[in-house]
Amino acid sequence: MTTHTIEFPYTRTLGPVIGPFLTGLRDGHVLGVRNRDGRVLVPPLEWDPATGEAIDVDFVEVGPAGTVETWAWVTEPTRKHPLDHPFAFALIRLDGADTALLHAVDAGSMDRMRTGMRVVARWKDERAGHITDLSFVPEEAA
Amino acid sequence: MDDIAIIGYAQSPSQRRAELTEPQFLFPVISEAIERANVERRDIGFTCAGSCDYLSGQTFAFVMNLEAVGAWPPISESHVEMDGAWALYEAWVRLQHGDIDVALAFGSGKSSPGDPSEIYPLQLDPYTLTPLGADPVSMAALQARAMLDKGTITEQEMAEIAVRSRTNAANNPYAQVRGSGDVDTLLREPYVTAPLRRHDLPPISDGASAVVLATADKARAVCERPVWIRGIDHRIEPHQPGMRDLTESISTRQAGRHAGIDHGPVEVAELSATFSHQEKLLREALGLGDEVQVNPSGGALAANPVMAVGLARIAEAARAISERGVSRALAHATSGQCLQQNLVCVLEGA
Repeated sequence: MTTHTIEFPYTRTLGPVIGPFLTGLRDGHVLGVRNRDGRVLVPPLEWDPATGEAIDVDFVEVGPAGTVETWAWVTEPTRKHPLDHPFAFALIRLDGADTALLHAVDAGSMDRMRTGMRVVARWKDERAGHITDLSFVPEEAA
Repeated sequence: MDDIAIIGYAQSPSQRRAELTEPQFLFPVISEAIERANVERRDIGFTCAGSCDYLSGQTFAFVMNLEAVGAWPPISESHVEMDGAWALYEAWVRLQHGDIDVALAFGSGKSSPGDPSEIYPLQLDPYTLTPLGADPVSMAALQARAMLDKGTITEQEMAEIAVRSRTNAANNPYAQVRGSGDVDTLLREPYVTAPLRRHDLPPISDGASAVVLATADKARAVCERPVWIRGIDHRIEPHQPGMRDLTESISTRQAGRHAGIDHGPVEVAELSATFSHQEKLLREALGLGDEVQVNPSGGALAANPVMAVGLARIAEAARAISERGVSRALAHATSGQCLQQNLVCVLEGA
């Protein structure tokens, strides 16, 4: 048997918006952008989804706490999910943001989840500039 | 826009795991659609396919599906990495040019070789959504919870939709999930991903559908009861699920308006509601009252051949007109997570 390793020796830039967003996560900050109407979009986008207009890059730090707008309790996580035990996917409106971010809430039990609850970011010690550098926990548990 | 008619359609039975390859189970479907259209393969001036290479796990897998069409001598064809309903849209646009008079649209998908919960996140934003493994059941559960919180649906209503779909599917030879069952029994089942139970989810299906279109003169020449496409439109909403109202479907409402559903009463609606709660959401977006028969085929909760299910809705709406005497029907197809993109097609008999 022979072993082959396939490599893609490319580097690429993530651009002027997602790049700083992921670098911010590495440094322990969540960044949003302000659109022309003054609304703060998180995750930040290069174009306004409502109008299609380019967004002048104006970063705003949001969170690290926020409010759960809706949630789903995952009983059996797949190997692609960010947590290996039951957790909630939630749309979280971070403090200072006008849109909600999809992320995981490590609540321990479905009984602890409810719409409107407060959650706060829990950062990994080793961060790589990746959306999974953080997850969320109920605020009272933090 | 010139009137274009549906002159032939066919579907495969949906199966949890087809033993045949995708081109193999497509072949009889395409042959049947062409035969019912009363035309020859050589009469087809344009062919458009809808399928997804991610399901087969193979680049350019869609090219193999052309074996089911017959591409020699060379034919004029195209492909959309979308449901076959969007292939039909492209074929409809192509026929507007007026230089050809017959077009074939088909959709096919074989979901069984893979795990949908791992494949679907690959269609999402690669930086913020795919790495979270945001699977379609979890996304739909977020939407259902938002509707429950807003009070626009109850778990009881969701179970009632599932029961009605299964009951309707009893007479559909292409359906995969049939039977009656009662609401109270279903509501005692555990959650799969709360607030969704198994009956709120679509089956995993392998299957195909095909539709033959023709220009007005050709349709009248070859077909006794052409089914006319009076309007067709599709609209899309922001990709991020947290940047739109999941409890409404603005894009469906807009597509319906532009397709002209208000120009007359709708008798039958075939909706691609792949999760129970989405049926109610779509009914409201399209303004369908209790007098409208929704998903007499059983809909997507009874058979969900991904990439073919939306085109199957168009085929079922056409069947209601040509075989059951309905005079006006609408079909809906969707794409993306939580009804991100929606297509509405209005069909009429005479």
